[in-house]
Amino acid sequence: MTLPTMEQGFAIRVRGQVQGVGFRPFVWRLARAAGLRGDVLNDAEGVLIRLVAQDCGDFIAALRADRPPLARIDAIEAVPQVFAAMPEGFSIAASAGTGAETRVTPDAATCPECRAEIFAPGRRQGYAFTNCTHCGPRYTILRELPYDRARTTMAGFGLCPDCAAEYADPADRRFHAQPIACPACGPNLWYEAGGKEVAGDPVALAVAALKAGQVVAVKGLGGFHLACDAANARAVALLRARKRRPSKPFALMGTEAMIRAHATPSEACWRLLRDPAAPVVLVPARGTLPEDVAPGMRALGVMLPYTPLHHLLIAAFGGMLVMTSGNLSGAPQVIGNDEARKALARFADGFLMHNREIARRLDDGVERAEPPMVIRRARGRVPGTLPLPPGFDAAPRVLAFGGQMKAAICLTKNGQAMVSQHLGDLDDAETALEYDRTLRDLAALFDHAPELAACDPHPGYRATVTAEGAGQPLMRVWHHHAHLASCLGDNLWPLDGGRVAGIVMDGLGLGPDGTIWGGELLLGDYTGFERLAHLAPAPLPGGDRASREPWRNALARLDQAGLSAVADRLFPDAPRALLRQAVGAGVNAPRSSSAGRLFDAFAALAGFAGAQSYEGEAAMRLEAMARPAAPYPFDCRDGIIDPAPMFRAAAADLAAGRDRGDMAGAFHAGLARAFCAPARALVQGGRARAVALSGGVLQNAFLLRECLAALDGLPVLLHRQIPANDGGLAFGQALVAAAQRMAAAKSL
Amino acid sequence: LSHGGGGKAMADLIETVFFPAFGPGSGEDQARLTADALCEPGARLALTTDSFVVTPLEFPGGDIGKLAVCGAVNDLAVGGARPLWLSAAFIIEEGCEIALLQRVVASMAREAALAGVRIVTGDTKVVGRGSADGLFVTTSGVGVIPAGRDLAAARIRPGDVVLVNGVLGDHGAAILAARGDLALSTDLVSDCQGLGHLMEAVLAVAPGTRAARDATRGGLAAALNEMALAAGCGIEIREEALPLRPEVRGVCEILGLDPLYLANEGTLVLFVPEAEAEAALTAMRSRPEGQGAAIIGRAVAASEGGAHTARVQMVTSFGGCRIVDRLVGEQLPRIC
Ligand SMILES: [Fe+3]
Ligand SMILES: [Mg+2]
Ligand SMILES: [Zn+2]
Ligand SMILES: [Zn+2]
Repeated sequence: MTLPTMEQGFAIRVRGQVQGVGFRPFVWRLARAAGLRGDVLNDAEGVLIRLVAQDCGDFIAALRADRPPLARIDAIEAVPQVFAAMPEGFSIAASAGTGAETRVTPDAATCPECRAEIFAPGRRQGYAFTNCTHCGPRYTILRELPYDRARTTMAGFGLCPDCAAEYADPADRRFHAQPIACPACGPNLWYEAGGKEVAGDPVALAVAALKAGQVVAVKGLGGFHLACDAANARAVALLRARKRRPSKPFALMGTEAMIRAHATPSEACWRLLRDPAAPVVLVPARGTLPEDVAPGMRALGVMLPYTPLHHLLIAAFGGMLVMTSGNLSGAPQVIGNDEARKALARFADGFLMHNREIARRLDDGVERAEPPMVIRRARGRVPGTLPLPPGFDAAPRVLAFGGQMKAAICLTKNGQAMVSQHLGDLDDAETALEYDRTLRDLAALFDHAPELAACDPHPGYRATVTAEGAGQPLMRVWHHHAHLASCLGDNLWPLDGGRVAGIVMDGLGLGPDGTIWGGELLLGDYTGFERLAHLAPAPLPGGDRASREPWRNALARLDQAGLSAVADRLFPDAPRALLRQAVGAGVNAPRSSSAGRLFDAFAALAGFAGAQSYEGEAAMRLEAMARPAAPYPFDCRDGIIDPAPMFRAAAADLAAGRDRGDMAGAFHAGLARAFCAPARALVQGGRARAVALSGGVLQNAFLLRECLAALDGLPVLLHRQIPANDGGLAFGQALVAAAQRMAAAKSL
Repeated sequence: LSHGGGGKAMADLIETVFFPAFGPGSGEDQARLTADALCEPGARLALTTDSFVVTPLEFPGGDIGKLAVCGAVNDLAVGGARPLWLSAAFIIEEGCEIALLQRVVASMAREAALAGVRIVTGDTKVVGRGSADGLFVTTSGVGVIPAGRDLAAARIRPGDVVLVNGVLGDHGAAILAARGDLALSTDLVSDCQGLGHLMEAVLAVAPGTRAARDATRGGLAAALNEMALAAGCGIEIREEALPLRPEVRGVCEILGLDPLYLANEGTLVLFVPEAEAEAALTAMRSRPEGQGAAIIGRAVAASEGGAHTARVQMVTSFGGCRIVDRLVGEQLPRIC
């Protein structure tokens, strides 16, 4: 009897986003190049590598340094491994474990190699569905897990021999690329106008229509876009009229050269634009495009082409395109061909169509680079997971239902959080259906059985009503506590990291005292909070209508500051008497400390007239006009931050004819000081360990910079991957519910 | 008026205020009713009761007494019953003027005569100051549903047409104006009216009528949500089709109120099979209570899955589709 030869080596565990991104062939090539033996496989925890080697330090360093573009490594652990027999070489072994744990990664923009391929002679020249393991559709074509071709909308397209060979070759960058395709076997493109297909090159036909100033519906990755020539003011006006969208900025798409011609992105902006997520990035405009593209804004929302179809279209068109989502304002975008023909016929003159179905609706994400901040979490980021902060490893599985206006849900499991895409306003019937579908879909996709549910306490939120009917034990998390916790979690603030000062400024959220909050200084952590200071409450004359018509807030605030005569002068035609009586009699005029409504009030004072045509319009225009200026004074006594002195100073400036941009700057600076001074005192007095900035109002970059200046030298926590607005509520709700549950369990 | 026991003062009150309006009592502690209407085989008895509280007690277009009679009559009528008899109970706060009480009672008698019902029994209590807000009235009504008539929200089917008999929100807006806190310079008048005759006129030409409701507190939104839930289907209404008086629309815009949630006191919501919709509309318009009648939408199949399969939606004038929830407590702003 002879003992088998025992070979010494290592088992290397890699965790993170390492499946479906070409990680195994990458490991295979790395091992081959180093002449190492062993194998690599996918399992429930990620990727497992077994290697015969004396030392694996260099190998691990190479794993980190040269990882594939879409891979994200959260952790690598190596333990000694004894091989019973010497492996034959290095191989890719069969996956181990069940499919439900196999992650699907977000959709990724066309990689440089694929981009080069479609513009060069070869079998994929001009092919709109080119992709590889480093790029292409993922989540938007996925029907169910595990992620392989048969369970995607590519199932109906059988591979041709050439594609099959690429798919099977570990040395090819299309090894196991599920949506692999070529003109011989993959989806195809056509152009429709007047209700029927038009013969000819579909891209050329679309370009001709765009050149003629028409609107073209373009089937994209997560939905349809409506496209028109961004440089053609009449085409932009036509699209605005048809969409009944008078002034909300349009997203734009163009090549790097085109973006450079119309905007001045910083290095950070360029990095974000080139990210595989290819979000819409807010960049400073040069003012070379028609004002109507983004009325009253100093920034443009631009993105690079992110599918081969976009690259072909933009290259053939030769200029920047408006690419706005194909929907009615407020409703989810259209994804089906028949649905598009029906719903978009009144917007579009032609349709650039294809026969690869969209399984999941995903809007374009919206982000800012400086400071980095996700404003709308959508395509390219979902279904990416985020690690939970230290201390949450043993957190229960939570399902958080989020808010009303920027609905999004969050699931937690195994120390990770899954935040859904931005879904929209749940008052919209289609969005509400999409919300219900997303609840079912993500539960199935992540094999998630919640132990605990979390929601906002506002009884009128549809999300709350849904949560109440969901059948899990339910925890209600106060709106502004959820905002604070979402900021903490986004910064991986540890569960036992201590209390922070939270400046939370937003529109409206129900507070524990039954009034509507929105301009708050909190002191708290994941488990609890105190309200230390807040804006002096003012009535919202007309309830929700005050959120649409900024002048109502100006009337309320000016009256409160003893400046009724100024209000009378500013709003001569408004029904002031009746609203003042309604305020006096308490008829639909709830009191609120909202910072969003304070912005509206100041915007109206500074000249914003009438109703807002989209949420946040008045505040965004105020931000766009602001110039650095010395702060206006606010009173702060007994935790009440009173804007009356600010309004008195502003009214005097208005009478003196001071520049509105300076006034807007003084307002931003004054508000920032008013909140940051007490927050600074909390940190310096040892009661808080840092200052967290959250709430939709703090997506205002000018205000954020003023706050950062006022907090200089202190540790400050900003939102990054989780939106500061109500799109981040669900994440915060999940963290608070989990923390409170764990605390309760500990105290038993 | 002073607070008293069951003595002479009370007897005087009943004799001077109630008998002249409602006629003398039987002298017994009950009303005795002839049951002929019920002798038809298959006929059913309908009984309803409601309490009425309103500030102010008198308002343009009505008063608490008219409200109480119409309320009972309408609750019977929308179930397909012919209203026949009412009882009325009064809780009177000490200090309430006799003259006001007389006006209210006279108004009840007038409204009862119009509706063809008799007030056959009643009760009166006087309570101390602060124990009531002027005057509370409770009415109960008895009616008979003829054989073969069966109105129920559960009978609503997708495709059925929704009608209303006239403009929405007048009562709620008129009450708001009458409270005096707001200088609303309008000619708003409550729509308070009995709907018995209108229902009979509709049922004569639209015998297939599925169900009806009196859209009172919570407005049209509450009535539709209640019906959608009972029917297990969806309801889709069109914003453009909603009959609204410009003054009501104006008041709502200024005060930020939604006319769908404003109270009505004479507004009928009717579900009729498509084939009978035109006939029902014509019948309504031929009566004064139905002058402003309109088709406002239809029942639709319940939406797929989710927590809220039966819901009410409104196609807006922009072409979007908004969920019309029932009001949860007081309307709190939600826009963040
Ligand atoms: Fe909020
Ligand atoms: Mg009743
Ligand atoms: Zn590629
Ligand atoms: Zn092929």
